[in-house]
Amino acid sequence: MNRRTLPALLTAGLLLSACTGTGGASKGADAKAPDDPSKVSGTIKVLTVRTDLVQDGTLKKYADAFRETYPNVKVEFEGLTNYEAEVKIRMNTENYGDVLLIPAVIKKSDYPKFFASLGTQAERAAKYRFTDFTTVGGKVYGQSPVGVTPGFLYNKRIWQEAGITDWPTTPAEFITALKAIKSKTDADPYYTNFAAQWPLTSWTYVNGSVGCDTGATTKLVESDPWAKGADLRVGDTLLYDIVHDGLAEKDPTTTNWEASKPRLAKGQIATQWLGTWAIVQFQDAAKKAGVDPADIGFMPFPAQVDGKFCAVVGPDYNQAVNVHSEHKEAARAWIDWFTDKSGYADDNLAISPLKNAPLPAVLQPYEEAGVKFIEVDDSAGAQLKLVDTESEVGIYAPDYRQDLVDLARGARKGSLDDFLGDLGKRWTEAQQSVGTR
Amino acid sequence: MTDTTEAAMTGRAAARGKEPPPAPAPPQAPRGARLRRGATPWLFLIAPLALLLTFTYAPIANMVAYSFTDWDGVSPELHYTGAGNYTELLTRPELFEVFFVSGYYLAASAVQIVAALYFATILSFDVRFRNFFKGVLFFPYLINGVAIGFVFLYFFQDGGTLDSVLSVFGVHTDHAWLGTPTSANISLAGVSVWRYMGLNFVLFLGAIQSIPGELYEAAELDGANRWHQFRYIIAPGIKPVLSLSVILSISGSLSVFEIPYIMTGGATGTETFVIQTVKLAFQFNKTGLASAAAVVLLLIVLAVTWVQRRLVPDDRVDLV
Repeated sequence: MNRRTLPALLTAGLLLSACTGTGGASKGADAKAPDDPSKVSGTIKVLTVRTDLVQDGTLKKYADAFRETYPNVKVEFEGLTNYEAEVKIRMNTENYGDVLLIPAVIKKSDYPKFFASLGTQAERAAKYRFTDFTTVGGKVYGQSPVGVTPGFLYNKRIWQEAGITDWPTTPAEFITALKAIKSKTDADPYYTNFAAQWPLTSWTYVNGSVGCDTGATTKLVESDPWAKGADLRVGDTLLYDIVHDGLAEKDPTTTNWEASKPRLAKGQIATQWLGTWAIVQFQDAAKKAGVDPADIGFMPFPAQVDGKFCAVVGPDYNQAVNVHSEHKEAARAWIDWFTDKSGYADDNLAISPLKNAPLPAVLQPYEEAGVKFIEVDDSAGAQLKLVDTESEVGIYAPDYRQDLVDLARGARKGSLDDFLGDLGKRWTEAQQSVGTR
Repeated sequence: MTDTTEAAMTGRAAARGKEPPPAPAPPQAPRGARLRRGATPWLFLIAPLALLLTFTYAPIANMVAYSFTDWDGVSPELHYTGAGNYTELLTRPELFEVFFVSGYYLAASAVQIVAALYFATILSFDVRFRNFFKGVLFFPYLINGVAIGFVFLYFFQDGGTLDSVLSVFGVHTDHAWLGTPTSANISLAGVSVWRYMGLNFVLFLGAIQSIPGELYEAAELDGANRWHQFRYIIAPGIKPVLSLSVILSISGSLSVFEIPYIMTGGATGTETFVIQTVKLAFQFNKTGLASAAAVVLLLIVLAVTWVQRRLVPDDRVDLV
């Protein structure tokens, strides 16, 4: 064979084989709930992000409790530290566990190709929250075991020392409060957790709380989120003002997430914008640091509609059944049991995914203050993701808020109006090319 | 240089130039044996070739193929879009602005090569504790890049290692090292010098030590000092290695990734082309576009290397 043709042929062959990335997509299946627990059998693998719970044996305890009802099902856990990236690659095969958390990368319209349905929305919505987040064509594909609501974690002692007893009701009042903390205490009034990146993305979840609007997601898809008075603009402006007025930590570029927990508990940091899911972690950090966990408070975004605060309740990762699983009944049994009976939501001080369950004790102050709980309608969620990737703004990515913080502390040139205006322009262009506007 | 050395050189060269007489052609072997002899090298090559094809060329071919599609990295469906991704790349100049960041790393690699050359030269002479110093200089290269990123994050922290060391000398800068784009890029480029200088150093040292010792002796007899020895013996002797190092540094500066990705994640104006590509692929799920960006980077690196080889041709050096 000629010396030149051999490599050429090989390359051609490789190119051909390279184009065959598409496997035979299955047409969808149902994961039916078993009637008789003793008849279900098999070993199922559950993928999870909670590597900490895998390591300390907490999940094993749940599995043992599950076996009391389903004696023939064996549950194995696989904790993934970099969940999104690792699962994304495995989703190209059929081997991605029996039960998994639906990764953000999967398009909603592709759910039936990857996951088995848990039932129709009509029947599930009567009992469970968040069904519309995973509904495709009237069928539900996932269920989150917990509900979360975003908010500020704060150190009650420090806020009291600064003389603030009531939650601020407007962003301006909030800034005034942080200024009081700065002048009267030694604490950093706010901590951005800039270097850890993802904590900045929680600022996107102000969406809905500002205007107390259940149609907030649809609004993101159809209008400019950074127009005057829009939810994201209000949130981003507050973040900008906090950093601009010198109320955040001195050097955001070298922050440390793990260290920020005990520091807030001890009162070296006064406030962080996170969510209910973080409360349990900060309380643990307080216990380890030998300070009172009761010092850790939780407050809603400083905005009121008709004299009431608004808290948006949303799902965490949704659990789903792999459409290629050989033990769909066992997998379904696990999801139902974990959602309804495991006590996982209570253990994590989270909001129960069951509609008739009471609020957790940590949200007692919310009930006393008459905070209104809403669920944002997610029927436009798929389009939102489309506009977001097309515009490359990345509202669920840290980048643009890192730029915002840089802008606020003068490490980047420009004005806030131009910056948010540019985001709005890119967003609107993407809306036009995707066709949602 | 004086006549004696020159004469010695020409004499040696002449001796080397003499080649053994060509071996007589072997008698024609039988067909089977000939076939076996022809196949032998290929049999030996099967294992490395299989590895090379599976782990180097197949993924590259795959990447090139993806660059012509709109694949999002996970969906079972992908569509052929022709040169669409390349058109998009080339019509978005802001995607190439990140190459300005490479300038910092390019400047740093010049510093790195000079420093490595300096240390290699010094340590090639008889210095006390020279093996110890060799170890110290090469050690950083052996550490995993991710670990280095984390270590230096503490190093640059407010009140971290660097600030403490400076305050020992009475300097209180109160400077946020990663705080502004210029400062952050210089700090990160500094980390990269710290990490990769060991590699350059070892390459140079190896090249210097392969220069025969009698050349130095002869030069010393002729009254050459250390600088002359470097200028007329070492520098020409390591020219191929030097030009290799330059090529590696330039392509390295264009495709910096680990250190800035771990330490700043590309924030505060430290985003490089590779970080941007990774974000396109994994944050915005535009695997097709990101593959095209990777192909473009490959072409740019090849082009730069080609230009460089044109400007500085690799002529054979013959010291002896």
